[in-house]
Amino acid sequence: MNKKVVPFIVIALGIGLFAILAASRGFAVTLGAFFTIGIFSFLYKDNPYYKFSEALFVGISAGYWFVSLFWQQMYSKLFSQVAEAYQHTFVNGGGWDDRWMMLVGGVLGVMMLMRLFPKIGWISRWPLAVIVGATAGLYFINYFVSNGINQIGATIAPLQQYGKDGSLDWWASISQFLLVVGTLSGLVYFYFSKEHKGAFGGVAKIGIWTLMLTFGASFGYTVMSRMSLLIGRMDYLVSTWLGLVK
Amino acid sequence: MNFWDKLMQIDRRVIFLFVVVAVTLPLFLDIPQKIIVSEEVERGFRELADLQPGAKVLIPCDYDPPSAPELQPMAVTAIKYCLDHNLRMIIMGLWPQGPQQANAAFETVLGHPVTDTISYNGKTLIYGRDWVNLGFQAGAELLIQRMGSSIPAAFPTDYRGTPIDDLPLMDGVQNFNNIDFVINISAGAPGIYEWVQFAVDRFGVKLFGGATAVQAPLVYPYFESGQLRGIMGGLKGAAEFETLVGEKGKATKFMLSQSFAHIIVIFFIVIGNVAYFASGGKRKKSE
Repeated sequence: MNKKVVPFIVIALGIGLFAILAASRGFAVTLGAFFTIGIFSFLYKDNPYYKFSEALFVGISAGYWFVSLFWQQMYSKLFSQVAEAYQHTFVNGGGWDDRWMMLVGGVLGVMMLMRLFPKIGWISRWPLAVIVGATAGLYFINYFVSNGINQIGATIAPLQQYGKDGSLDWWASISQFLLVVGTLSGLVYFYFSKEHKGAFGGVAKIGIWTLMLTFGASFGYTVMSRMSLLIGRMDYLVSTWLGLVK
Repeated sequence: MNFWDKLMQIDRRVIFLFVVVAVTLPLFLDIPQKIIVSEEVERGFRELADLQPGAKVLIPCDYDPPSAPELQPMAVTAIKYCLDHNLRMIIMGLWPQGPQQANAAFETVLGHPVTDTISYNGKTLIYGRDWVNLGFQAGAELLIQRMGSSIPAAFPTDYRGTPIDDLPLMDGVQNFNNIDFVINISAGAPGIYEWVQFAVDRFGVKLFGGATAVQAPLVYPYFESGQLRGIMGGLKGAAEFETLVGEKGKATKFMLSQSFAHIIVIFFIVIGNVAYFASGGKRKKSE
């Protein structure tokens, strides 16, 4: 058999198999499986099937987000609000309407697009300044309270922890001790104005161990998360698509 | 080239194959696994269990299909618990696909598409009275802040365009003071961080969070400080929640695959290190 014919036979058989499964398991389900396998095929090596699946995913995502953002933000937050304000002010003669303020956001949005034109690109710095300023102001208080004050408050607790019956809770006490040691040593590690030598260096070393343990725990959780996603896709293939598992 | 050298140059595709087998094979097995419930899930569940029938539970679903394997079981279990215990649900999302995911979870619980009037365990549940889906609204943390002062201003209509004033469940719901409990299921930003910072710390909301495993270590400090009433971390957290509710769902089923996958990962880490040191600490120079 001519070797050039083999890929076409494989493709034809694949299409045939998918057509049979699409007829028995449903077209949408089979389409999902087709692209899942396409993305997984990259694990073997880069190939046109993977590239096609990836390109389609990127294209659909971009299209989905464009439509979603247009209808849920541009239309509902700007166009319809301004149209209603126009109706209220000019058609019904109701005077000023707060919804006119939406135009400020709209104008800032248009100014942001000016960076597409190099000669007047500087205009886009103004809306950017508004975003940075507003976000910084908004987050300053919230971060300070949630991630600063409340976290410090939770750390500065008595080392001796007692249970509901009034007896010493050894586990909670050790936990609190480790929390205080880990926090302080971690802070010492990030203090670079003094050389990490002697007792100071020893505490900094405990700090880096604390950080390594944290990164290890975080990595472990990340592995669990990625495995969960793989399990989800494999379950889709063997249960939803092929119906091999109930 | 000795055995250890060969092991050091093992093709990554062989490892992928082992992982795929480890993940897929358990899906065919029915080996009961003991799910040990952690304190962070149990405390959150106890707060939920303390709610009286008729209490209003806000369920922001801030995730999309890519995170569904981890988070969908949490949504399914939360909705099932609320239906079983006559808790009234207000579903919403800071992510566009979130309310759709909640709807899919609702369908999983019912076993059929969601309609305006549903029959569930001998009870008749009516949309607008027993549950509402407010849908998605743009604005992220600003939306949460707006909800703190006025929920009707943040959500003038539900996801199908019904004015919020026409929904009996939303009668008297002005702001977070009228919400008894919040179960946030989150895959990232905006999500659990924003709910803690803008709803819990500013308005005193009682929040039970469900997060992806990637997020979980980052939100644990909020639980230790009491800002979160409970936290479900990834698939394991979802399985624990299912155990407490008494529902053996997808998360419990997937835990066997998870365990097998972890064993394989640990096995290859150990083998890789043994081979590295046994081969004299030589690094592989090329792929």
